[in-house]
Amino acid sequence: MPTIAHVEAGSHVEWAGFLDDKPAFALSEGVAVIAEGGEKRIVLHDGLTAAAPGRDGATLTTGGEDGALKRLGADGGVALLRGATGKWVDAVACGPAGAAAAASGRSATVLAGDGGQRQIACERTIEGLAFAPKGQRLALARYNGVELIWVAAQAPAQILEWKGAHTGVTFSPDGRYVVTTMQENALHGWRLADGRHMRMTGYPAKVHSLSWSARGDWLASSGAPVAIVWPFSGKDGPMGKAPLELGSMGRILVTRVAFHPREEVVAIGYENGMILAARLGDRQEAVLRREAAGAISSLNWDRAGRRLAFGSREGEAGVIDIA
Amino acid sequence: MNIRPDVSARPIPVTVITGYLGAGKTTLLNRILTGDHGKRYAVIVNEFGEIGIDNDLIVESDEEIYEMNNGCVCCTVRGDLIRVVQGLMKRKGRFDAIIVETTGLADPAPVAQTFFMDEDVRARSRLDAVVALVDAKHLLARLKDSPEPEEQIAFADVVLLNKTDLVDADTLAEVEAVVRRINPTATVHRTERAAVALDHILDRGAFDLARILENDPHFLDATDHDHDHECGPDCDHDHDHHHHHHGHDHHHRGLDGRVHDTTVGTVALSGGELDADIFMRWIQQVTQTDGPDILRLKGILAFRGDPDRFVIQGIHMIVEGDHQRPWRDGEERRSRLVFIGRKLDRDKLESGFSACAA
Repeated sequence: MPTIAHVEAGSHVEWAGFLDDKPAFALSEGVAVIAEGGEKRIVLHDGLTAAAPGRDGATLTTGGEDGALKRLGADGGVALLRGATGKWVDAVACGPAGAAAAASGRSATVLAGDGGQRQIACERTIEGLAFAPKGQRLALARYNGVELIWVAAQAPAQILEWKGAHTGVTFSPDGRYVVTTMQENALHGWRLADGRHMRMTGYPAKVHSLSWSARGDWLASSGAPVAIVWPFSGKDGPMGKAPLELGSMGRILVTRVAFHPREEVVAIGYENGMILAARLGDRQEAVLRREAAGAISSLNWDRAGRRLAFGSREGEAGVIDIA
Repeated sequence: MNIRPDVSARPIPVTVITGYLGAGKTTLLNRILTGDHGKRYAVIVNEFGEIGIDNDLIVESDEEIYEMNNGCVCCTVRGDLIRVVQGLMKRKGRFDAIIVETTGLADPAPVAQTFFMDEDVRARSRLDAVVALVDAKHLLARLKDSPEPEEQIAFADVVLLNKTDLVDADTLAEVEAVVRRINPTATVHRTERAAVALDHILDRGAFDLARILENDPHFLDATDHDHDHECGPDCDHDHDHHHHHHGHDHHHRGLDGRVHDTTVGTVALSGGELDADIFMRWIQQVTQTDGPDILRLKGILAFRGDPDRFVIQGIHMIVEGDHQRPWRDGEERRSRLVFIGRKLDRDKLESGFSACAA
């Protein structure tokens, strides 16, 4: 039976996960909590608006209401990546070798691991950011599509067009696909090799959470009363295939999904605070946390896949040990 | 869009302030923020004006209009507001209400529709009212050269006819008549330097089906000659005097662009009891086909066999309706529906409405 260690968050949890395997939580108030051998609270911002973990799992890059960008280490150390701009940071993404990107309104800043900076202007507001697996390219989600820019070169952006507002973006782990969440209750995908479109529709609510399985064979999503898990293993991705539907809890909406770092198991967080783990192969499900006050707002595994950190909109947080 | 019941648990009220450049939006905003009300406001602005805004929590966002992928040209929302309102709600202990100050050129429809069409925003906030500021000195000239002021007035629940000290009485009366002709359902207040009692613009519940039109107790009393303007409860001017000074006609049927350069018209329909099923089908069809031209609609309806008043309000294709309260003893069971929009076909609307009679 899983055990839960509760952590005093106290306000909306923007990100819950692990930094060098230490449970860490970034709160919208602007405080980070590192929970190992007592709780260490670190003030990052007056209002934290975006957060993304580094590829090495050792740092968290955060953006604030004042536009500042900071990097939190597992030891609680904080580095200032960029000073205040006066404008909310809307999205943050991390790439390989310490690279990071942040978007505010219609401009994005790319911070190379060596400290170099580059500004990118966009005609529309940038709602989502994602580095390609190898980090040479950065995807910017905006109204009517995605722009793929070369991080280190001035070559023109490759435009992936699809009508409508794209609010978030992710690359598949093999870099073959780009998938966006939309203002409509839908996902949109492109196969980069030939630009082929993939429409993934039928959600009753907006999709706020996406997670790829370790080998990239599956893409789990929120936005329905079950986790919708699309197959990406064939050469045509999910086209013409039905997704798996895992973890039905009646009409309770799924708000977060997180694939296990190695196995084909997905952790599912619900709007009523429940957390469940579901295995794709045999559809076996296990309840990890019962109903509570707030909707699950963040959910991430540790490197070994033994512990899950979670946070909720109402400031509940904790670590579930499933061993 | 479906007619759907009102969601009552929408705790954070949102007031939208519109108005052309120089109409006094920032002055009004500062009056609200410094008022003696003990409330804390989060303010969303699309541009920092030259005059400062006196508030701790100001969020600047880039106006970002999103068309929805549903084949409807008027189904637009403001992506920046969706993002900022959701972000604000993560730290909701900081404020009691939200004020959105739009740019002088902003279209109010996507702003208002955001609070109905985006489920996340709708779940966390409620649109309280759209307040339009009008510069009494410059409105008539503005109406000739730009479409926005008319749109903003047509869309408003409350109009502040501002800078009244800069015009003479006749001009003021003429400007007010124009405002009321563009939007006969709005409450109009005359102001200098945007000085208005805050309860006239805040907590109006203009989109709250439980309260809608309660601000206008004469809504049902109007005669079928709806081209005569109606006044809200705060109306403080002399009607006879007003009409005496206005020789030009107040009919909405003609667009009267020659006189006042306005293209927005009003169609007000009155009747007795209606058949609920026929009415619902008709209003769905009207808003589906003519939604792009309908800016606002409001109505109180008496359905046969229904002891409750049914109230309805809409923006373009979005229509919300719900039972409001029982008809009172002695209250005449009448139905009244007002459309504000462009290119409204009065004859078609009248015959469609008449066919709903029970």
